Amino acid sequence: MKREKLRSLAPLEEPRSPTDLRVRQLRARDLLRGDLEGPDLERHVAEAVMPTTMSKAIGWARANSIFPATFGLACCAIEMMSMVSPRYDIARFGAENMRASPRQADMLILSGRVSIKMAPVVRRIYDQMLEPKWVISMGACSSSGGMFANYAVVQGADKFMPVDIHVPGCPPRPEALVFGFNKLQRMILGNPDPGWRRRYNAIGTEEWARPGTGTATEEEAEAYAAARELSVAYDSARARESRKGPA
Amino acid sequence: MPDSPGLELIAHELDSASAGSVLGTYHERGQACLIVNPGAILDVLEWLRDTPGQEYRFLASLHGVDYLPAEPRFGVVYELLNMPRVERLRVRAALDDPGGEQLPEIDSCVPLFATAEFQEREVYDFFGIVFRGHPDLRRILMPEDYVGWPQRRDFPVGGEPVIFTHTEREVPRWYA
Repeated sequence: MKREKLRSLAPLEEPRSPTDLRVRQLRARDLLRGDLEGPDLERHVAEAVMPTTMSKAIGWARANSIFPATFGLACCAIEMMSMVSPRYDIARFGAENMRASPRQADMLILSGRVSIKMAPVVRRIYDQMLEPKWVISMGACSSSGGMFANYAVVQGADKFMPVDIHVPGCPPRPEALVFGFNKLQRMILGNPDPGWRRRYNAIGTEEWARPGTGTATEEEAEAYAAARELSVAYDSARARESRKGPA
Repeated sequence: MPDSPGLELIAHELDSASAGSVLGTYHERGQACLIVNPGAILDVLEWLRDTPGQEYRFLASLHGVDYLPAEPRFGVVYELLNMPRVERLRVRAALDDPGGEQLPEIDSCVPLFATAEFQEREVYDFFGIVFRGHPDLRRILMPEDYVGWPQRRDFPVGGEPVIFTHTEREVPRWYA
């Protein structure tokens, strides 16, 4: 889906004729002079191969050199530690260097249950990390509260911070965590695994439930549709904000 | 461990030292327990600590209990230990629930046993039992802005309902 969108933004007409190249050169000259305006400018930017290629290269560099934060919460942390050991060797994927400071880290692994007293601390560590940053929620407890359905434990870490990958297990084996990490890498490369979404033909349903299946009444379907609209509007507003950059 | 007659002897001497302090005794599974009046808890502990022949000088543990349907509702349990004789004695203060927003109160034994400071804070944290005269009575494990006394029996277990296919009609959903 993402690839199609990219293609529609930057159509690759091949083979390119020399006159085509000449036209592009002239247009680039107009751009540098500041004469290029309106739809011509838009077209030129859309056709520029450089930015997309550059962002791919940056994604490749980021994905293969991730610095996880040294941060263990509970028993899952033992599995996380052995992920770094020679036996499982996360160094194969360029993430063996655990940084003791969140300022130098760009991945946080939530390895264990998050108690309500710990949640503000975790959130602060996450906020202290520099962009771009990613979060793996490791194990049942940090994903959903797991076996700790009680007064002391947050029922799912994504209640207070964004999470990119959930790794199931209690605790997950280091292999599972490495697998989750590989998925995260593919996400960073801009080519996320659809996983079960492909099997169940659910691509494009991220973050909201699909109306129709599982909804018993018309009201429920309407509520779904309304929530979806809101969610789409919110997402695009946020995307606009982030493109603008910090005020 | 005082045996059953030994326990009765202690109870008798204690009652004559400070009248009305002992409410009952029991001895089961080789463990001796004195049930005492919470108003006299400091007298009892001091007597057990300092009287020659008793000398339970070590407070091994202090904890709270909630016996909800029973009356009196709360118990504060002191596990005393005489180290030279390796004898253990349990002292339980039976506390009534004052009801409503009021919290049950008992005297703090920090002046007698310094170790009680953190343990009394823990009992306060989880059962809402106030220790009068405690130097620094505030929550110790739960966040300081937490509301409620989570180990009381009438406190909800917490967590969240999980939607399974067999319960999805009963569990309220996020958009409802």
